[in-house]
Amino acid sequence: MIAIYLLFILILAIVVGFELIRKVPSTLHTPLMSGSNAISGITLIGALSLSGGEHSQFATWLGFAAVALATINVVGGYLVTDRMLAMFKKR
Amino acid sequence: MQDYNVLINFVYVVSAVLFIFGLKLLSHPATARKGNLLSALGMFVAVIVTLLDKNILSFELILAGIVVGSAIGVFTAKKIEMTAMPELVSLFNGIGGLASLAVAYATIVSAEQINVFILTVSVLALLIGAITFSGSVIAWAKLSERMIGRPIVFKGQVVFNAALIVAIVALSVLVVIQPSVATWHIVLIALALLMGVMFVLPIGGADMPVVISLLNSYSGLAACAAGFALENNLLIVAGSLVGASGIILTNIMCKAMNRSLINVLTSGFQAVITSDVKIEGEIKPLTPEDAFYVLEAAQSVLVIPGYGMAVAQAQHVMKELQELLEKNGAEMAYAIHPVAGRMPGHMNVLLAEADVSYEQLFEMDEINARIDTFDVAIVIGANDVVNPAARELPGSPIYGMPIINADLAKNVFVLKRGMAAGFAGIENPLFFKQNTRMIFGDAKETLGNLVRQFSS
Repeated sequence: MIAIYLLFILILAIVVGFELIRKVPSTLHTPLMSGSNAISGITLIGALSLSGGEHSQFATWLGFAAVALATINVVGGYLVTDRMLAMFKKR
Repeated sequence: MQDYNVLINFVYVVSAVLFIFGLKLLSHPATARKGNLLSALGMFVAVIVTLLDKNILSFELILAGIVVGSAIGVFTAKKIEMTAMPELVSLFNGIGGLASLAVAYATIVSAEQINVFILTVSVLALLIGAITFSGSVIAWAKLSERMIGRPIVFKGQVVFNAALIVAIVALSVLVVIQPSVATWHIVLIALALLMGVMFVLPIGGADMPVVISLLNSYSGLAACAAGFALENNLLIVAGSLVGASGIILTNIMCKAMNRSLINVLTSGFQAVITSDVKIEGEIKPLTPEDAFYVLEAAQSVLVIPGYGMAVAQAQHVMKELQELLEKNGAEMAYAIHPVAGRMPGHMNVLLAEADVSYEQLFEMDEINARIDTFDVAIVIGANDVVNPAARELPGSPIYGMPIINADLAKNVFVLKRGMAAGFAGIENPLFFKQNTRMIFGDAKETLGNLVRQFSS
């Protein structure tokens, strides 16, 4: 049953995603990509419990690696997107 | 310890809403920065609240991971040159894939009760993560010219790839059946990594914008699959937002090149189309001095930049010339083809960096509707995206590709080093048109020369 429930969320999120992103103008496609890079760093929250939980040592280290990697995506992604968007000015 | 499960999941809903509104604000350059901040806020609260999870017992490793990751993230985000954005995005895609791979792998090795569903989605996340990672590394190497750009193919590659896919499917089943056998995990990861390499190798450097868009989508799908494995709603929502974004961009890139995704992905395996069409007419060169007189009289000037402009670092001089032309009373506009840069929207970022107002950047269709009203169209470092062969020469390899109809402007100036053909290696009839003048030389020097004449 949980699989169906998760699938339900997946379908709705994909529909919302398509509707939202279709409206992003081509001028902003590069920031859109780097910004979505940052969002895909959401794996971080999954990595947190694996890294801090009571698992085998191997799983814990994998969790640590995932935390570090996902943080690069989150921090780097949002910062570089902000840097780009700050350059888009109207005169 | 208290169970904060309800609070955590409630905050995840708030985060999802923030992500969605963040993307919504990205629909206009004026609000986009706020949107990015909103999205970052969503991520921040999600991370903070996750730390309340009762399963988290030690924080040392988490803190260490976050410190290391943040340091690398801040450093790269501050240092990176705007021309190198495609490489950075490609690397970020790869890192996202690798993170999902690690999460999925950790889930498989730490799963206490064996559940076929969780194992299946974990294997899926592992596969997508691994393919995204190795594919992105190859794309990065091709984009940064650390690797030869042309498609790399070898004899029997199709058979090899088919065998690889069969082996991956077989091993995935083995991992699901016998999750405790470590050998299967390692072989499966190795094969998936190889798959990512084999997927990008046969694709040429010119098609990398499509590949990074697609890998962008994969990095989202990997997070999404990891979300299924961890039964985490927010991972699923955020991952599918990214997945949708990547697929839309891939589609836009393919349409702009008039090719199907399958055609792009298998282009290395296809015979090269050659065209023996002879172009009539002669090349008419023009000196910057003469160009100045034409520009001085122009009421409206259209700039059509290509990646060559960024390579010549000519965008800043162009902006200077733009200001002088505007002072002289001319209306200025920039026409940007979807594949003008090396990733979707790349040219717009490069022009924004040179301080060109986003209100002067126009999409292909908008400008084509009124291109005949422009007195002068200046083509800088662009070739294939203004090649009228796409419109008038059936049989040309690019026939049918949507182009900016530069040749329909009253006068066309083409700034070009020499007569070499474009990225696609196709002759360009635009250079031979009645109303076209070629200004040979380095684009930056030519524009600088024009600026000096206007100033004196």
